[in-house]
Amino acid sequence: MKAWSRFRSKLRQHDCIGLIYILPWILGFLCLQLYPLASSLWYSFTDYSALGEATFIGLENYKNIFQFDYNFGQSLKVTLLYVAVTVPMKLVFALFIAMLLSARLRAVNLFRTVYYIPSILGASVAVATLWRFMFMRDGMINGMLRSLGLDAQTDWIGDARFALLTISLLAVWQFGSSMVLFLAGIKQIPRDLYEAASIDGASKVRQFFVITIPMLTPIIFFNIIMQTITAFQDFTAPFLITSGGPANGTYLYGMYLYDNAFRYYKMGYASALSWVLFAIIIAFTLLLFRTSAKWVFYTEDK
Amino acid sequence: MQTVLKRRARKQAGKALMYLLLIAVGILMIYPLIWLLFASFKPNEEIFGSASLLPKNPVLDSYSAGWKGSGQFTFGTFLWNTFLLVVPTVLLTLLSSVLVAYGFARFRFPGHKILFGLMISTMMLPNAVVIIPRYILYNKFGLLNSYHPFYLPAALACYPFFIFMLIQFFRGLPKDLDESAKIDGCNSFTILVRILLPLAKPALFSAAIFQFVWTWNDFFNSLIYVSSVSKYPVSLGLRMSLDSADAAHWNQIFAMSIVSILPCVLLFFTAQKYFVEGVATSGIKG
Repeated sequence: MKAWSRFRSKLRQHDCIGLIYILPWILGFLCLQLYPLASSLWYSFTDYSALGEATFIGLENYKNIFQFDYNFGQSLKVTLLYVAVTVPMKLVFALFIAMLLSARLRAVNLFRTVYYIPSILGASVAVATLWRFMFMRDGMINGMLRSLGLDAQTDWIGDARFALLTISLLAVWQFGSSMVLFLAGIKQIPRDLYEAASIDGASKVRQFFVITIPMLTPIIFFNIIMQTITAFQDFTAPFLITSGGPANGTYLYGMYLYDNAFRYYKMGYASALSWVLFAIIIAFTLLLFRTSAKWVFYTEDK
Repeated sequence: MQTVLKRRARKQAGKALMYLLLIAVGILMIYPLIWLLFASFKPNEEIFGSASLLPKNPVLDSYSAGWKGSGQFTFGTFLWNTFLLVVPTVLLTLLSSVLVAYGFARFRFPGHKILFGLMISTMMLPNAVVIIPRYILYNKFGLLNSYHPFYLPAALACYPFFIFMLIQFFRGLPKDLDESAKIDGCNSFTILVRILLPLAKPALFSAAIFQFVWTWNDFFNSLIYVSSVSKYPVSLGLRMSLDSADAAHWNQIFAMSIVSILPCVLLFFTAQKYFVEGVATSGIKG
């Protein structure tokens, strides 16, 4: 009996060592995540700027945002549009390619590698530069269109109709990680479901909609959430390619935040802006979780 | 007999169509990058003037001139800075993530569930909300304009994706390994170092490679934290040459673009299997 209790206390001791192993994370969580989160909430009620002291001004920042700040409405509108275009396009494209790759073809690995390259490089300044050049009036895209005999004069970056789409395309181009997730998901789907369906005479298209899509809904769900959170904060592409123009047509929220915080040093105001964004993201995520019971399908054994 | 043949023929045609689609889309996907590579060898007039992919009069001075840059610092400085920024960040990330993942995967300490939940939920915490206070914090401690704002979050395990990925991997390793090692006299730390880490090499590679590429390409954090040109990493150096150069220097910019993405491309091709595995096990964004 004594030995048993000693064994148990030893076990417990051993398990408490786990806390030492996760100590770096606890410190990081407290200092670099929780504390910043709390203090940014506090700053959002102050007029803090990099120069002066922070004075509590109540809801003033939020009032200004919603009542007087034209740029807030504009950047929010543009960002919502950007998210609404980018995320579905990216996921549809990723799923489409994943479907092609999941057919038992030769050289699948080679294709997968090629399709993944843009995701490795897409966020770099080099590619943003390339994108800017490609879509200029005298850039590569128009050059190619001209060599096909078209009179291509569109300024894809300077024209309000196309600028947002141009930077959306850059994000869609980086569909690699969604694709890999879809691929892994497709491989998990039991083959006999398809066999049963084809014995019942279901066409390939129908099999896609009644088997593949429902079985992939957990991954679709995950992808939508992660990609949306990322897209809401995109910064590099509009900053480097369009500088938010033309006429603030690509002035994404991330850029607007950056301008307030690190160009005008309105830290308090920018903190309030970041909390508005956070609230929007939370609302969106909750909404998605709420609806998920209706359309996300989990197999029973999970 | 005939229907079988017909069906087989249709299947073949379908496959051919799929290959065609895959190849066409694949070319479309990487064409911009191939174009970039060739454009970096073109003289400037040709970049605008001709639509052909291959340079007619290939030049190399785009590389030498671009490398020298227009200011005080060569591109070599920026590259070296990037290594100074990236390599410690990657190593610290690995070190901290391994320890934390091991703690979460193998020990049931009090509060395990809550802490694990918190750790996972930070994956969804938007960077935008914490970036301003972090900046102010680093400013207070005089850490701006150095690489510490990159090292610190790495050392303090602020990358939940990697932790989660490693936890998944550790959970996949049978616990009997730990037990038998314990009987052989290992303590919890030597179990980690001697038994688990050698087995976790693929996951470690994945994490290291992702962190390398992300940090290498990072623009936003460098823009905020690094202010003096002598400390610029390639991302900022490239952007500077983009801003300062008039339209006459596109080929130099392209040349340096190629130089700046080359390490990531090489890494990707030598280790591409780890990329894919990493994404598949942890659902890394990107």
